[in-house]
Amino acid sequence: MCSYIVKTALLPVSSAKGPDGWLRVDKANVYYDHPFHSPLDHALGIDILDEAGGRRLALELSPDAARALVAAITDALETGEREHGMLPGHTALTA
Amino acid sequence: MSYPYEGQIAETVTLTGHNGDRIEAYAARPLGPGPFPGVVVIHHMPGWDDWTKEVTRKLAHRGFAAVAPHLYCRLGPGSPDDLAARQRAAGGVYDDQVVGDCTGAAAWLRGLATSNGKVGVMGFCSGGRHSYLCACRAPDVFDAIVDCWGGNIVVDDPAALTPQRPVAPVDLTPALTAPVLGIFGNDDHNPTVDQVNRLEAALVAHGKAHEFHRYDGAGHGFFAVNREGYRPIQATDAWEKVFAFLTRTLN
Repeated sequence: MCSYIVKTALLPVSSAKGPDGWLRVDKANVYYDHPFHSPLDHALGIDILDEAGGRRLALELSPDAARALVAAITDALETGEREHGMLPGHTALTA
Repeated sequence: MSYPYEGQIAETVTLTGHNGDRIEAYAARPLGPGPFPGVVVIHHMPGWDDWTKEVTRKLAHRGFAAVAPHLYCRLGPGSPDDLAARQRAAGGVYDDQVVGDCTGAAAWLRGLATSNGKVGVMGFCSGGRHSYLCACRAPDVFDAIVDCWGGNIVVDDPAALTPQRPVAPVDLTPALTAPVLGIFGNDDHNPTVDQVNRLEAALVAHGKAHEFHRYDGAGHGFFAVNREGYRPIQATDAWEKVFAFLTRTLN
């Protein structure tokens, strides 16, 4: 069934590259619905938005792809902050 | 020629919708003097897409003047999928606006010189819900309804009732005057078999003419040839049910 499931994440200090080059983006809408382009019945959709500029970068992912992406994002974030950030109990790598 | 001439014109048009707004629509009609019955085609949540326009042309090929209003065009300019994304983020389109746009589309069809005066309404998924809703809210406008797997006509979760969709259309069944054709896959999750049973029970209880066809081995959206849920055997049979119903009720 067509769904109205939409979850929103604000994206401070973020950028995206589209076919016309780089743009500042500020919001992501994540939804689960019939896709526009994908051949799946339902897909996990992610719209990365420059809301003020009316521009959108869109993804349509299978559920497996979406979960793999979540895992990769979490892994990269944890690894990156551990190796390059200043988390309590961790020291940054020396240059 | 060995076979009678066939031809159609298919194009973007402008018509008057809800609140007197001029909205865009995709129309297809057979060439020739007619008279031809009309069908309003209601697109689903993902928007005014290629599928919707293919259905419009398919109806024209089978002798109907069809028009599919772009329910999200007020959010434009932009591509249909961009406007669908904006509409989804805004919680969907308001029922009142859909009814206004679709009754406007029906008036546009009746205004054609080739019209026979009869207009049906047909929709898929959320469009199926909107078809049922329009026929209940404007019983003097629509002469037949085709509900293809419309979900949330029967509503079990109160959270599904929103400012945009404040009513369960099944509750408006007493106002219905036109016959209903329902096409459903028995593997669908919305509407479920139980929900379709309850929709049918409401039509029976209120003495409304209806004809339901339910298909084993088919889920939601089984007409869509570009989706994994496509079921050619069931879809081929169901399309013939659609055309037989529309031919009988709109001529």
